[in-house]
Amino acid sequence: MPSTTTPLLQVENLKVHFPITAGLLQRRVGEVKAVDDVSFTIERGTTVGLVGESGSGKTTIGRALIRLVNPTGGTIRYNGKDITFLRESQFRPYRKKIQIIFQDPYNSLNPRLTIFKIISEALEIHFPAMGLEQRRARVAELLGKVGLKPEHMDRYPHEFSGGQRQRIGIARALAVEPEFIVCDEPVSALDVSVQAQIVNLLQDLQEELGLTYLFIAHDLAVVEHISDFVLVMNQGKIVEAATADAIYQNPQDPYTKRLLDAVPKI
Amino acid sequence: MTSVSGPLLKVNNLQVDFGSGDTVTHAVNDISFQIRDGETVAIVGESGSGKSVTALSLTRLLPTPPAHYVGGEILFNGRNTLALSENDLRKVRGKQIAYIFQEPGTSLNPVFTIEYQIAEAVQLHRPEVTDVRAEVIRALDLVGIRNPAQRLGDYPYQLSGGMQQRVMIAMALACQPKLLVADEPTTALDVTIQKQIMDLLRDIKVKTGMSIMLITHNFGIIADIADRVVVMFRGKIVEDGPTGEVLRHPKHPYTRALIDCVPKLGAKQRRLRAIDHAEIEASA
Repeated sequence: MPSTTTPLLQVENLKVHFPITAGLLQRRVGEVKAVDDVSFTIERGTTVGLVGESGSGKTTIGRALIRLVNPTGGTIRYNGKDITFLRESQFRPYRKKIQIIFQDPYNSLNPRLTIFKIISEALEIHFPAMGLEQRRARVAELLGKVGLKPEHMDRYPHEFSGGQRQRIGIARALAVEPEFIVCDEPVSALDVSVQAQIVNLLQDLQEELGLTYLFIAHDLAVVEHISDFVLVMNQGKIVEAATADAIYQNPQDPYTKRLLDAVPKI
Repeated sequence: MTSVSGPLLKVNNLQVDFGSGDTVTHAVNDISFQIRDGETVAIVGESGSGKSVTALSLTRLLPTPPAHYVGGEILFNGRNTLALSENDLRKVRGKQIAYIFQEPGTSLNPVFTIEYQIAEAVQLHRPEVTDVRAEVIRALDLVGIRNPAQRLGDYPYQLSGGMQQRVMIAMALACQPKLLVADEPTTALDVTIQKQIMDLLRDIKVKTGMSIMLITHNFGIIADIADRVVVMFRGKIVEDGPTGEVLRHPKHPYTRALIDCVPKLGAKQRRLRAIDHAEIEASA
């Protein structure tokens, strides 16, 4: 068994390359190195922030961790076990442990399903023994956890504001009792005032449930606030990795300095 | 006609409703403010506070119904745009009051080149211009697009979000408006690009001397650019004053809450401060 000192996630030399094809036969003429030889670890119960501009590869890392894209090379160890190239059937148990919250609360919820259906879909797959009544009780409990009301479960996504939809996205991620959540720009599309609510909610849930987060964002102020450790990414590579304090007080890489400089100051 | 001393824009007791009867919403509820020549005024508030409705009302861009201009007046250069005929209003829209919106990707037409789209605006609003291409190049140059002559044939999809927003700004500027209304121009962009666009707006303000109405939910981005801040809460103006004054000594609890919820680098707060609307309602 992995000891308690094994980091929850160890990523070594991760590479994700996308082919560039051309011509009628779609010959491979090159590749985009979206993630190029990236290594980092995440300790249990902590938050690691991943910051960088659009196109820097931060979302691709998040997607590789939950296998929405396949890695080209390197290793991803979860709880000490290599999960990099597992077959889909072997990977399925990890889909329960690793969840994701997406950036856009408007496009990540199916508009034709009720909130109950959206959240309980995952329960049907991962907890097949649960009956309808149990699932309704569980969804009600989850909605309560994210600050919504049980009676919201029979409504549709369009009836909710952006912040409320992001809460629903969080409830959906929590449904399967995950240990690790990839938060892919969860607050970038929200008003600053709502952003504060969602960040606070994520912190409360981490404390209550002992969750581990990879928090992806382009805004260093938010990342610095929520993270224990920060990774700065530029053009597929990690250019700086340090504690949140050190990144702010003593940035080493010029790119980090540029990101810091871009943060609005009041 | 244009009075030299009067403000460029003067909004008096504007009220805009949506719907009617039992379901009526007072989106903008009896607000008054003004923007002087060359002044940059930020309208700050959360989603639903009425700031975009105010901006769109300036040239009656809201569809009626469901919107109703219930009361008040909007004096632009001394003329009430709420009372203008459609024909006269068209000479104000785009030409004298130009808009840039939040989503540059959806504001540009995907099937036309950027030259075509900017040229269209120039030809429509400034028929006296003979060398339209030169005017388009000049506008692109003004917004910091390098080698503008080479970019003329580009389609919007070939440009990044930041570049698309620059093209939108170029299009607005090409008509030499007196007032530029920027409705959340950087909300869809990365912070680094946000900084570039805000620097650009400040630069343009100095170069052209036009007035800017900047609409945002983020108090963080206005400190460097706005001369004055108008804070909106539930369709009403709760505070109006010089930017430095409002930031340092906010009078209304809502203003304070909006400033406090912006995460600050190195602040070491355990929690971000969220806005407690009930509390603000009670104390207001």
